[in-house]
This record gives sequence, C-alpha cells and structure tokens, in this order.
Amino acid sequence: MRHHLLTAYGVLALGYLMLPVGVVVVFSFNDPVGKFNYTWKGFTLDNWAHPTGAPGIGEAVTTSLEIAAIVTVVATLLGTLIAMALVRYGFRGRGLTNFLIFMPISTPEIVFGASLLTLFLNFGVQLGFWTIVIAHIAFDISFVVVTVKARLVGFDRSLEEAAADLYATPFASFRRVTLPLIAPAVLAGGLLAFALSIDDFVITFFTAGIEQTFPVWVWGAVRIGVPPQVNVIGTIIFAVAVGLMLANTLWQRRREQAAMAATGAAATDW
Amino acid sequence: MDGAAANAVEADVRLEHVTKRFGEDVVAVDDISLTIERGRFFALLGPSGCGKTTTLRMIGGFDQPTGGTVYLGERDVTGLPPYRRDVNTVFQSYALFPHLSIYENVAFGLRRRGVRGDELKRRVGEAMELVGIGSMAARKSRQLSGGQQQRVALARALVNRPRVLLLDEPLGALDLKLRKQLQLELKRVQHEVGITFVHVTHDQEEAMTMADTIAVMNEGRIEQLDAPAELYERPRTAFVAGFLGVSNLLQGTVSGDGVVRLDAGGEVRAAPGSLAGRSGRVAVGVRPEKVRLGAGEANAIEGAIAEVAYIGVSNQYIVNTLAGPLTVYVQNADPGARPAAAGDPVTLSWSPEATFVVESTKEAEK
Repeated sequence: MRHHLLTAYGVLALGYLMLPVGVVVVFSFNDPVGKFNYTWKGFTLDNWAHPTGAPGIGEAVTTSLEIAAIVTVVATLLGTLIAMALVRYGFRGRGLTNFLIFMPISTPEIVFGASLLTLFLNFGVQLGFWTIVIAHIAFDISFVVVTVKARLVGFDRSLEEAAADLYATPFASFRRVTLPLIAPAVLAGGLLAFALSIDDFVITFFTAGIEQTFPVWVWGAVRIGVPPQVNVIGTIIFAVAVGLMLANTLWQRRREQAAMAATGAAATDW
Repeated sequence: MDGAAANAVEADVRLEHVTKRFGEDVVAVDDISLTIERGRFFALLGPSGCGKTTTLRMIGGFDQPTGGTVYLGERDVTGLPPYRRDVNTVFQSYALFPHLSIYENVAFGLRRRGVRGDELKRRVGEAMELVGIGSMAARKSRQLSGGQQQRVALARALVNRPRVLLLDEPLGALDLKLRKQLQLELKRVQHEVGITFVHVTHDQEEAMTMADTIAVMNEGRIEQLDAPAELYERPRTAFVAGFLGVSNLLQGTVSGDGVVRLDAGGEVRAAPGSLAGRSGRVAVGVRPEKVRLGAGEANAIEGAIAEVAYIGVSNQYIVNTLAGPLTVYVQNADPGARPAAAGDPVTLSWSPEATFVVESTKEAEK
C-alpha cells in the first residue's frame, strides 16, 4: 500500500514537472489560425520545416548562440583559474574572494541586472551585444568556480609532485596532469555556463539596449502574438540540453564501471 | 669498507647543516649534515615524525630547507624546484597518473626531456622489463594490483637514470609477503643499475635487509649513521639500541677502564673502547641472543626465570634479576633438550665483546 502511494506520488511529481515541457513540444506541431499559438487547431510539420520563419527570430537565436559561445569560453577559462587560486593558494583576501564569488549566485537576478545597468550608464557604456557578454560572464564565472572547486578539493596533490619530479615545469604539469584530471568538472562548468547564458532573460533585458537575444525576442513577441517557431526553438534547446546531460551522465557511469571492474580484477590478481 | 677508498668515491648527496622549520615552533629537521656516496643503498630510518621524510623531500626539492645547503654531486641545488634536479622519486602513494597508460606513465619524464621515437620506446621497454611489468604497457594504473603499481612507480623513476633515486616508504602499503619479495627485488635492481638509492622507512628490518648504510633519525636529528651490523652490535645511544631490535639495558656508573658498576651490584666489563670517553652515569646493553643461560662468560648476573615462550626456532625467556627483567633468546639447536621452566633459578652470562654502552636511560627520563 505504502509502496503504491510512493509510486503514485512519484508519477504525479514527474507529471507536474514535465507537463509544461510536453505542452511546448506538442504545440510546436500546431497549425494556429491567428497570431497566438495557444489553442490546438491541427497537426503540421511546417513549423519544423521553417524554424526561423517568424521575422527576427533567426537573428535573435544567432545572437544568443554567439553570446553564449563567447561567454562559455571566457567564463570557463577565468572560472577554472579562479578555482585553482582559491583551492591551491593561501593569499590575503581569499575568504573574501570566496564570499564574493558566491554573491552572483545568491543575489536576485533583478538586483544584479539593475546594478549592472546603473554601472553601464554611469560609465557611459553603449548597451548592446558586448554589455550582454560582460553581464553573462560576470554571473557565469561563479557557477564555473563552484563546479571546478568541488573537483579540485579532492585532487591528489602528489600527482603534481610526481609530475614536477619527472621534469614537468608548472605549466607542463598543469597541461599534462591537472587539466586532464579536472576536465569533467571543467566540461560540466562550461555546459552550465552555456545553458545559463542561452536561457537568461532578466539580466539580459537590463543590459541589452536594442540588442535582442532569443529570450528577449520571445518576451517582445508575446505582446503581439506568439508564433509556433518559439516552441520549435524551445524544443530544440530542451532536447540538446537533455541530450548533453544524458551523454555526460553515461560517460561518467562508464568510467566508474570500468574503474570498479578494474579494481575487482586487481584484488584477485596476485 | 676501506676508509681511504671510500673517501675517493664521489658524493652524490651532501647535506650541510640542513634545518627545516614549519611555523615558529615545529623543527622537523634540526641541523643535519650527511654525505651519501655514489652507488650506496642509503636508508633514513626512524619513527614517524622523526624528520626522515622531510629530509628526503628537501633532497627532492618538494620542501625547501629553512637553513643549510643541499648538494647533488658538486652542485648546490638549494632552492631549485624538483623539475630542475637530477633526482627521481618513488612516492609512498605511488602517484601514478590515472589518466595515462602504464607506458605513458613510464615515458612521462623522458618525454619532458625531449626523448622521442625509437630511443623512447627502447628505454621505456627496458625499464619495464627491469621491474617485470613488460606485458602491461597498455593498461591503466587502476587495473593493476598494489605490487604492480609499485613496480610501475619504480620504472617511471629509474627510466630517467637519475643521479639519485628517492624512495619514500615505497613498500608501506603492501602486505608482508609481498613486501619481503619486493625488498629483495629492490636490492637486485639497485645492484643492476648502480644508482644511489635513498630510502625512507620506519621498518628497521626493511632498512637492515636492503641498505648498506643507515642513518637512524629521532626528533629531527641523526642519532647514528653506520652499517646495519655496526648499528645492531654497537648502538651508540639508547634510542638506537631500542629502535633496532630488542636490547637489555642495565643502569650503572663507570668505575674504570671498560668497567661499569651496576646500580644493582656487581660489575660488567664492556669491549675495549666501547665506553668512548663516557664517565659517570651510563647504561650497559646486551642483545637477548648474546646472553647464555648458565655461567661461563666474563659478565654474569643471578636471576629466576619468570616466563618462557616457545617460538620454534628459539625459546624466549624473561628472567627477573636484581637489575630488572632481562630478555634472553636461546636457539633450539639441540633436538630433545628441555627448556628451563618458570621459577628455575639461573645464572645469566655474556662476554664483554657483546656488551655496549649508551647514555643512562634513567637520567634521560628525568
């Protein structure tokens, strides 16, 4: 009895989470009559054949991808280096840095966005593509730092001593030993940064000026009519995100299983 | 060892007044000076916290001394990082690179030094053959047993043909049988390659088995530096006498040339020269296997047997005497001989040659 209750609860909770996504996917195949894609009229593949059929949507998606690409590279690079510094070196202000790094995660986005806008206006910076990039990097770094730090804390330092012992300069040691070993965390941080950048609306809205990313374009479109292409792009983003996550999980699991099998074999290998 | 010939041999490692402090209060290594000659199998032996590992790490460049100078050959390497020193290390945890194959682990140092192509292949192959892991090139370190990982770590260090090979408790994580086997193998490998080995261990038996010279360390200082037999037969401090094997120490006072009057009464003669200028309070020592049950040697003491333990190869007795309980080992060489029983009165005797003299342990306790 108890078991069934738990199952029912699980199914309901999953349904609650997945229903909105399901609606988005289903309505990407809708053939709406008016400007609003809110009521089901009939099945069509037209939207999928022309995903950028709505005016402006193609440019907005391109802008989002460009921004996300730049942001991911810069935030991952800086975030990884900051994580190294925070874990490896004792320096004045380390505790403060640790705290400040966490701020963008805990600060409400609306506050963060408004502050950035104030900053840009005060310095007379022209709002647009690059202000969005700067804003996204600013909050993405924190997520990369948190992800990579977790991996570095458990890192066996004797491996780096061994590298140094075998004539590796600090740079060679980082490239040949440290980086390959923290790569899964760096990759995870990068994926997170990319997803957060593509997805962000609030902070982007404050810092975009007349530039339109995909979320900003959708927000604008809602007032005059939502074309089904929004659902198509949304479904694609969702599918790619879930796909990458699954791939990462499977990859990690295979690595663990290989390690387990190897340890088991070694134990009886005398 | 011939003194004159030994002096002619080049020193591979030389420490001059090396000190290492951690923070204000902790002195890990306290003003150590020592010379390790080329081709030696040198052991740094001591309990945990005695500074042996820190000493090794300063030779390797992982820790920098607070004071003093480290020489490798004629070169002052104090302050140089590990990657600019001609030494390689076998780490306690092996520290094999988990993301690289066994072959790439062994090739790591050569690659950093720009060795490529056939020479790389040949040297890596030779090193792996030398330690008996020739067939495992393609595997990852996780797929190997502890003993095999140890061999990889050894090959990875030796392949670079360093001036000195440092071994930091390399056998500590292995079970006893494998440890014994690898001890002999390490000795064979050292003999084959002729490289100077500096080996850190807390296991006195391991140090005695492998090393030709041992520095016994305690509280950041070297207590005694000698060949294994000399350390065992002629320990110069109570610490060395107690750390290497079992010894009986009897408190007394120097009363003449080579003669010590025991607090418990009676006199003990020590080998000529073993007093080494000591006077006043001392302790005389004798190893359990050098004591006879029965009279017949120059030094004798009366007692009664308190405990007998049959060990197979020998009987071990605890004998209560006026000078305290003494341990005596008697070999079971004579089949059918009945051991003495608990409670039997007995005379213990031993020769002056088997007697050594160290500082009084009673004084040390105060």
